[in-house]
Amino acid sequence: MVSFANPTRFLSLVDHAVPWLTALTVILLGLGLYLAFFVAPPDYQQGETVRIMFVHVPAAWLAMFGYMLIAVSSLGTLIWRHPLADVAAKTAAPIGATFTFIALVTGSLWGKPMWGTYWVWDARLTSMLVLFLLYLGLIALWQAIEEPGRAGRAAAILALVGVINIPIIKFSVDWWNTLHQPASIVRLGGPTIDPSMLAPLFVMMAGFTLLFVLLHLIAIRAEILRRRVRAMQQSQVEHAALVEA
Amino acid sequence: MSAALALLKRDVKLSWREGGAIGTALGFYLVVVAITPLGLGPDLNLLARIAPGILWIALLLAALLSADRIFHNDYEDGALDVLITGPLPLPLVAAIKCLAHWLTTGVPLALLAPVLGLLLNLPIGTSPSLVLAMLAGTPAVSFIAGIGASLTLGLRRSGVLLALLALPLYVPVLIFGVSAVTPYVNGPLWAPLFMLCALSLASIVLAPIAAAAALRTALR
Amino acid sequence: MLDLGPHAAFIVAAYSVTFAAVAALSFFIVEDDRKQRRLLADLERRGIRRRSASTQSKPGGAKAGKPPRRRRS
Repeated sequence: MVSFANPTRFLSLVDHAVPWLTALTVILLGLGLYLAFFVAPPDYQQGETVRIMFVHVPAAWLAMFGYMLIAVSSLGTLIWRHPLADVAAKTAAPIGATFTFIALVTGSLWGKPMWGTYWVWDARLTSMLVLFLLYLGLIALWQAIEEPGRAGRAAAILALVGVINIPIIKFSVDWWNTLHQPASIVRLGGPTIDPSMLAPLFVMMAGFTLLFVLLHLIAIRAEILRRRVRAMQQSQVEHAALVEA
Repeated sequence: MSAALALLKRDVKLSWREGGAIGTALGFYLVVVAITPLGLGPDLNLLARIAPGILWIALLLAALLSADRIFHNDYEDGALDVLITGPLPLPLVAAIKCLAHWLTTGVPLALLAPVLGLLLNLPIGTSPSLVLAMLAGTPAVSFIAGIGASLTLGLRRSGVLLALLALPLYVPVLIFGVSAVTPYVNGPLWAPLFMLCALSLASIVLAPIAAAAALRTALR
Repeated sequence: MLDLGPHAAFIVAAYSVTFAAVAALSFFIVEDDRKQRRLLADLERRGIRRRSASTQSKPGGAKAGKPPRRRRS
């Protein structure tokens, strides 16, 4: 982490990593899609719709991975004052929010043919929805505070408050669901996943995770450059003021 | 100790003098509860069943609308800077301000709830458990609102942003708060009530730490 | 051809949404990155330096290219 603290060095790392990371991501996702549609067999109970799992599960995993990343970065901002920590947190939020959205929509589209409803208020779905709202809150806070130092620290505090709340919220929704028994028993994803489906799933998980990392690195680079551009534009204004004076 | 009490007394007194803020929160509570049947239909059985939910949701919204008051006035006139450098630790200052919000907004809202419950056909017998549940849960509401208020200090449109940030954090309070009241049983339901107490106690301890950190970032 | 069963529409919809969301996200991120690099190159070409100069240094453009390592006094 310490070697990543120097933005210039980090930038050259990103520049080197992006090309081969892109290639690897494309290969894995392409392979994953092929396996998902042409190799994995239809499920005994769910038929072809089980193929939605191959995008839904990676998206849900990345939704949580993204938030954990933001939480760790927030610790970096508040405790260790790592200079790139708030950049990492800020850029991860839209990516994590997008994957949470994908998880919610694909889950909903999976639910309709499977259990007859687009939405159900069970613990997992409700917690995923709350996670989406937490992401939106983070993005809104970043937008609302102009001074980047304050924005980074405030968002870090909010992210950590959210992390503490996620298990509490999940517990309370779980408890709430035991009170209000749903009309039919909902079993998400089935009890065990057949090995013939595990391989495509893992390939898709790996491919999507690399995609997250790739987009995150590019976004970090863009943010570092954005801050440099702003600093240079500011010094340009100062120069002009000096010339005038 | 006396410094802390002095701060508490000052904040409560200022809120009472301002009067309008508390009255507005109560008025908002009344308005929201009054228009929900207009949106849902006058079926009294339906209203009685969902009354606890409506009362809790309206209370959350009313509390959130008055939440930016917690730090904003002192922030505007510079008193907050004095408090930060003063003898009291900043988390304690934040806690006292949230406590003042609870005393001047949370408690009145909780006491008003049974009266509004009548509009929703909530049986009078549930009033004690309703008030008890709300008194147990509103500290969490005020203290979590304090986190939101400190994060959004001085920002434009802070009211809506505060609500967006705080509402997901209110999910456990809402769930247990509604579960603690039921129109079909006259006494309180103890398990959710104790959970509400736990949530409130946890917020009282943890929220001021987050709020103090947020205040420091806002004033640096 | 692939037979996706009676619920094919849902499978297609799910993958379409995924693809569209990922494409939009990637587009915005890559576009922003390109824009920042363009702005930076433009500023560097015009000779603006990264650190604001001290009052005694020459106003206006300094050398283009790498930002200076020391403050000019």
